[in-house]
Amino acid sequence: MAAVDTTAQSVTRVPQVLASKVERPSTGWTSWFTTTDHKKIGIMYLVTALVFFILGGVEALMIRLQLGAADNTLLSPQVYNALFTIHGTTMVFLFVVPIMAGFGNYLVPLMIGARDMAFPKLNALSYWMFLAGGVVFYASIFFSPPEMGWTAYTPLSEKAFSPGGGVDAWIFLAHLTGISSLVGSVNFYVTIANMRAPGMGWGRMPLFVWTILIYAILLILALPVIAAAVTMLLTDRHFGTNFFMPPDGDPLLWQHLFWFFGHPEVYIMILPAFGIVSEILPVFARKPIFGYKAIAAATVVIAFLGLLVWAHHMFTTPSPSVVLIFFMLSSFLIAIPTGVKIFNWIATLWRGTIVFKSPLLFAIAFLSLFLIGGISGIFLAIFPVDWQLHDTYFVVAHFHYVIVGGGVFAIFGGLYYWFPKISGRMPNERLAQVSLGFMYLGLTLTFLIQHSLGLDGMPRRIYEYQDIGNLELYNQISTVGSWFLGLGIVLSLYNFVRSAKKGAIAGPDPWLGNTLEWFTPSPPPQNNFDEVPRVRSIEPMKDIRRQVERQSGITSDDRELVSH
Amino acid sequence: MAPTATYPNPRRILIAAFALAALGLLAFTGVASADLLTPQSGGSPNADDIDTLYKIVLVLAFIIFFAVEGVLLYSIIKYRHRKGAVAAQIHGNTRLEIGWTIGAAVILVILGGVTFAMLPGIRNPPNSQANGYSGPGTEPIKFASAADRQPPNGRALRIAVNGQQYVWRYTYADGDKNRLNNVFAYNTMVVPTGTTVTLEIRAQDVIHSWWIPQLGGKFDAVPGHTNYTWFQIPEDKAGTVFRGQCAELCGRNHANMIAYVKAVTPEQFKLWLAAKKRSIDAANRDVIAQRKVLFPTAADKATQDSAVNPTP
Ligand SMILES: [Cu+2]
Repeated sequence: MAAVDTTAQSVTRVPQVLASKVERPSTGWTSWFTTTDHKKIGIMYLVTALVFFILGGVEALMIRLQLGAADNTLLSPQVYNALFTIHGTTMVFLFVVPIMAGFGNYLVPLMIGARDMAFPKLNALSYWMFLAGGVVFYASIFFSPPEMGWTAYTPLSEKAFSPGGGVDAWIFLAHLTGISSLVGSVNFYVTIANMRAPGMGWGRMPLFVWTILIYAILLILALPVIAAAVTMLLTDRHFGTNFFMPPDGDPLLWQHLFWFFGHPEVYIMILPAFGIVSEILPVFARKPIFGYKAIAAATVVIAFLGLLVWAHHMFTTPSPSVVLIFFMLSSFLIAIPTGVKIFNWIATLWRGTIVFKSPLLFAIAFLSLFLIGGISGIFLAIFPVDWQLHDTYFVVAHFHYVIVGGGVFAIFGGLYYWFPKISGRMPNERLAQVSLGFMYLGLTLTFLIQHSLGLDGMPRRIYEYQDIGNLELYNQISTVGSWFLGLGIVLSLYNFVRSAKKGAIAGPDPWLGNTLEWFTPSPPPQNNFDEVPRVRSIEPMKDIRRQVERQSGITSDDRELVSH
Repeated sequence: MAPTATYPNPRRILIAAFALAALGLLAFTGVASADLLTPQSGGSPNADDIDTLYKIVLVLAFIIFFAVEGVLLYSIIKYRHRKGAVAAQIHGNTRLEIGWTIGAAVILVILGGVTFAMLPGIRNPPNSQANGYSGPGTEPIKFASAADRQPPNGRALRIAVNGQQYVWRYTYADGDKNRLNNVFAYNTMVVPTGTTVTLEIRAQDVIHSWWIPQLGGKFDAVPGHTNYTWFQIPEDKAGTVFRGQCAELCGRNHANMIAYVKAVTPEQFKLWLAAKKRSIDAANRDVIAQRKVLFPTAADKATQDSAVNPTP
């Protein structure tokens, strides 16, 4: 408490959350098309991404149904290949990356005490490009859906082997979502660099904002490479060039270009998830984040190293030993800052007084699941071991632990955490717990056994398999699990829809948060803040609450959350 | 702050949870095959070495997993909110943080060391066994590239593996320059036991990936490139058929691109090779004869005419 500087004048007035200078917000359904308000755009991003998440989830369930029995004939190989291609593309390009942009859009200005993003119109452009990318891609299912996998390896994706327009739709999607993310990233960067509240130096910026900053920088570095690569593929397919076809071109060039983008893309997806967890844990442990600087630094180090590990996706290609060894060691290095983060998060819980609300439960689930994805990554980084595991279900298990166990659980934690801010109402705790239970059980059943599937010899991307070893048993466990996972997700989505109308009124700061978004009504007025308080620590809202306590004599820790 | 009576002792919960997890794991391992937790092996020393390396990593992984999940579980049970409890306002601990950074680095240095120690056994083929096969196809090659690793004495049975949608074709080296008279086979590769077999892996349309799990790791067949690997099947495995399949998406029937490696004794292999050679030579002769009928030269015409209309 001694850290709070009581001399600043503004603090005496700010404790009452007021929104007197609210501009009349535009209403009606047309306002969603014309808006440049970062909050509306953020909500549109979140909702659109969740719609694509549902579509990608339905595709996943169909994939699991086909694999539920050996030698199954439910789906044709053509349909099956299209399904996993669309599933992968959807989850990466249309769900995880844009939903992080959604969180960023909604929260970055609020967390740094700004009234909007730096370029509100570019922000709207960014959203509409993302939607257009998704629409043109999904339109291809009515013509000739792509079947070459979301990695689009050449020569398979070349015209000679994939004559249909599905690959071109995929290229179009990569371009449109790429422009969307580039425009959005520049916007995030400029906003974060220039529009922070007085007193909010780099060392007091919320960790979520740190991760969005790094997310933006990684996108700016990685997207031009994939844009170039897909353009080269497009000219190969239609304009007579030969970048990726032997004898003149080289299929491995595609892999290098793709993964130079593709691996940073993994961190583009997971770093904001780290940011969400870093916001949730200290709030519900009632304790400052452990090692703020270490976590922020680890984010930067992971992003930097993330640019140097791409060829660990290529350990089985004909590549020189020195390449294999370099990329094994660089992948090892990235485990260190990642481990540091996990230790810091657990240390944040240590000696706290943990309040078990839904956001925290999801964050803990994230910790316990992401750890498994991190550990299985070590196996894959050791290239002789990867020679056995590469392109098998072990890899499928690994990246689903990272992207679902890590990404999706953090995303749902974030949705529960900021739902009261966005909607003004509380989500249903009981339903959240049931949903989490199904999701956790479902994920474990679906993906834990997939490590064994890979070890038992099952490659990825096969539409049928013979029942050799325990393949059918393992696949059935996985298929049953996928329905639990699906049910859990549906329960949470239902919770959000229902609570938006019927939930208890949240008030500005229902969780006793640490950051500035809680210092404004829920939902926030169009101008966000009438007055931006001076920031004196990494927990400005905690400082403000203490200020109130001192002046009013009422301790906020007494109005516990348990009653909600 | 002692826990209230309504809550069981956190340490006891922890121990119970661990015991349950361990028991469940053991029970499951008993029910399922050995490949629940480890890669397949047993067909070749490189596969066995990868399996050993994997198991070393697995032991470390389990230690890290149980330690971290244990601490996590302990802290959420021990430090759950209770009336009157006050959270420690700690912002960090530099010595602790440096400590676990170094700890993580040390584990990775150990893993790197073990990997480098085991790498030669995985990548470098040994000589064939004394009673292995040593006939045609095992002649030492003069100019092997660095990636094309050969046994110390240079003698290994060389087979070219070619991936195409959706079959594998194997061409056996025979020591001469003519590539048209080589023995070849589709899908099932017949190989002698006790003999080092080196593979040159190529593709002619899209990328495929050669993978027989029990004979070692997978190696991509990339158009325009050559990839290399090897295996040596122990003598007691004669008669075994090893199964594998293409591991890189190569089109609609990727799932049906199966490969078999059939191990036979060196004597059986010689017989098989000779029989194959005879039938291929016979087929080649037939082709030459047919070509003479379909695309005859002037000289051929003369002999054909004399055959059809023999001079009286
Ligand atoms: Cu193939």
